[in-house]
Amino acid sequence: METILVLLHPDAEGAIAKAGLEAIAAAHGLGGEVIIGLVGGNAAGAAKVIGGAGRVLAVEGDAFSQSRYATDAAAAQALVAASKAGIVMAPATSRWSRCLAGVAQRCGGRIDSHITAIAPEGVTRWYYRQRIEATFTRAELPWFLLLESGAASAWQGAPCDGTFERIAVEAAPRTEVKGVVSPGAGEQTVKPEAELLFVAGAGWTKKQKDGAAHVERAGELILGIVRTAGASLGSSKSLVDLSGEGQAVLPFLSHLNQVGQTGSTPRHPKGLATCCHGEEPHVVGWRFIQDRRAVNLDANCGWARGKADVLYVADAFEVMEELNRLLA
Amino acid sequence: MSYHIAVCAGIVPDPLQTLEPVSGPQGPALKNEMMLPAVLDPWAAHALYEASHLAKNVPGSKVYLVSLAPKAKLQQVLMTMAQKVAFELVALDGPSSGFTESADVASALAAAIEAIPGLDRSQLLLFGGWESAARAAGTTLAMVGERLGITEQFQGVDALKVGADGSLEILERVEGGKHQVSVCAGAPAVLGWATGSLPEPPNSPQTGMQNMRTVMPALQKAKPAQVGAHAFLSVSLPKQQRTTRIVKDVPAAEVAREIAAWIRGS
Repeated sequence: METILVLLHPDAEGAIAKAGLEAIAAAHGLGGEVIIGLVGGNAAGAAKVIGGAGRVLAVEGDAFSQSRYATDAAAAQALVAASKAGIVMAPATSRWSRCLAGVAQRCGGRIDSHITAIAPEGVTRWYYRQRIEATFTRAELPWFLLLESGAASAWQGAPCDGTFERIAVEAAPRTEVKGVVSPGAGEQTVKPEAELLFVAGAGWTKKQKDGAAHVERAGELILGIVRTAGASLGSSKSLVDLSGEGQAVLPFLSHLNQVGQTGSTPRHPKGLATCCHGEEPHVVGWRFIQDRRAVNLDANCGWARGKADVLYVADAFEVMEELNRLLA
Repeated sequence: MSYHIAVCAGIVPDPLQTLEPVSGPQGPALKNEMMLPAVLDPWAAHALYEASHLAKNVPGSKVYLVSLAPKAKLQQVLMTMAQKVAFELVALDGPSSGFTESADVASALAAAIEAIPGLDRSQLLLFGGWESAARAAGTTLAMVGERLGITEQFQGVDALKVGADGSLEILERVEGGKHQVSVCAGAPAVLGWATGSLPEPPNSPQTGMQNMRTVMPALQKAKPAQVGAHAFLSVSLPKQQRTTRIVKDVPAAEVAREIAAWIRGS
């Protein structure tokens, strides 16, 4: 079995995120020698936590504490060279996702991302935005693998003395990281920590029973639920596209709210879809929602049947009026 | 200061189509793949709109659309896309399947960009989608950038602002629905776009006529690209069918009470 390098970026306190511990466990599951490669942060602190998982190499320094392509790629390249690893694994964080394809190119290797399962015989990932699943293997080395969270259980081991080998790397980036900003209001984007994903479909903007559209009231009802339930707000593509075209349609929705084939596939324990009608592209956004309910007027809705756990055939305006009152 | 903006964009099946995998002579493929209506990859399309917007605001800049796809399908897609923004097409004839090897695609795209006559590599901005709607790996653009020697790269970009000194302020999507703000000293750089902030431009027949003068010759000159695939053990549709409980002819108040209890976890 090839030597496996697990790349991690500890924080300033030396803590390793759960996705990183899962990558360590996945590496041990393959059976080869495991080497841990640390970039930035508090390497000494991190080595005490995960030193039991294998030999630890680290690239330290102020330049490497920030998430930036030029420095992360240089550090990862040096760690791959020092470890002589045939397989390089990393959690699919934005930091590793940004730089490891370039590192694979530099090392003459290959890369696969969004890995959801890994075994000695092959790895599994989605194609066509979570619509087709494939298992495959490769002969080319080094083989870089970006693991999705949940692909393995988190590694657990006893703390150790924190011994690690420092790898020297020179880097002169032309990019300065200024910091991180959040969208202003809570409903401006999908909130990963929310228990509930509330998805607003295009039906909210259509003519209702009285023959008129009630977009303003729809906006009040949707935001009411999002605020009272502490929900994350998602939207179908059609609704987002309408707002992108400058129409006065639920103006608080942007592409950041979009779930589905061309949007995000958020992970929440519960999902409530309202006024959504659609087929496969929409279902993609719900792939990782565990408990799904839907409210719409079509009992034969192709989306809800077989995809939702409960379908309420009801007027979403009436239901959400009452739900807002109950949750207030 | 002006930019040469190369936008890498593939074509993908229209998102409304049902996809079914089949085994082909070159590995996995989609059933009736050549018959499926295609669109320009959605995130790459956003990159193209952003490139056009930037080129309009920085006089002297030029946009190249670099695409590897079956040229008959690409021609169909460009009948629409060519009416949206002005660009010069650089076409490669090859498969647009998501099951192809991204390193091979990157190699072909990089070679095509290097061969663009008069391209100023020092002022090159390499744009594309941060992931495609086909392979959805987010790996090709970074490898193209590396092959072109570009070490300032950004992925999941939602905004780009050019400073008076030519610096580039870039917002990238990171965890938790947040954006990382970075300032790059200037071109060359790679920007893998998420959705950006621009709406889809309206169709302009005038732009379409102007583009088609260069699109058709570029399609005729499109060189075949050698793109392979690795060894697949299985390719399948996810098998997940839920037993849906249908609740109908129930007052809205009762539905709301049940949903409220479900949200509260009681």
